[in-house]
Amino acid sequence: MLITWCIPAKKKISIMTLLEIISSVFIITGTFFMLISSIGLIRLPDFYIRNSASTKALALGIGLILFGIVVYYNQIEIFIELSAIFFFIYLITPLSAHIIARAAAKSDVKFWEKTQNLQALEEYRKASDVEENSIPEENKK
Amino acid sequence: MTIVLYVVISILCINLILSLYRFVKGPVMPDRIVALDVFAGNLLAILALYAIVSDVREFIDIAVLFSLIAFAGTMTFAYYMVYTGKKKD
Repeated sequence: MLITWCIPAKKKISIMTLLEIISSVFIITGTFFMLISSIGLIRLPDFYIRNSASTKALALGIGLILFGIVVYYNQIEIFIELSAIFFFIYLITPLSAHIIARAAAKSDVKFWEKTQNLQALEEYRKASDVEENSIPEENKK
Repeated sequence: MTIVLYVVISILCINLILSLYRFVKGPVMPDRIVALDVFAGNLLAILALYAIVSDVREFIDIAVLFSLIAFAGTMTFAYYMVYTGKKKD
């Protein structure tokens, strides 16, 4: 009995510090990806490369940060709200990047001089002309 | 946790400044649209993280609405670029 009472009590880790540690890991990796996205906006040589790289890294970084916040709060209402943002961002960001790149290809934005396979782009452009294919016939005059 | 949050929010503020560099310099119009997209994403993250720092729960509701409006603005930009960018001969 004397020996068991002399052993020091085990240090307990509360649930709050554990949640903080886990959410900090997610938030730090999320900001790392967002930093990569912003540095990529400065250093990459061409518009199309910048578009693709920064929007993809941005979506991933925001997803990780939001997940870290969900883990920190540990409540169901926060999870529902932030998963709504998550769903919306993952739906809209690639779509808007594609629309912008397509509009830029229509407006003859220059490619980087080292791009390959520009022949396929010309064929795509002829096959999917925006103005002819999507305006209904009664509106064309 | 507050130390981590202060460091993270300052890194996200540096990202805002870096995206403004591309907004100013961008030789083409779509460059500026992408820069605004990145700006809005970083602002959204700052807004959501500030809710933890200040213990005000309503900032997360503001973040939901802000993301809707910001990304809808980006798509409107791109839509107008497609339909009014071509010169008619």
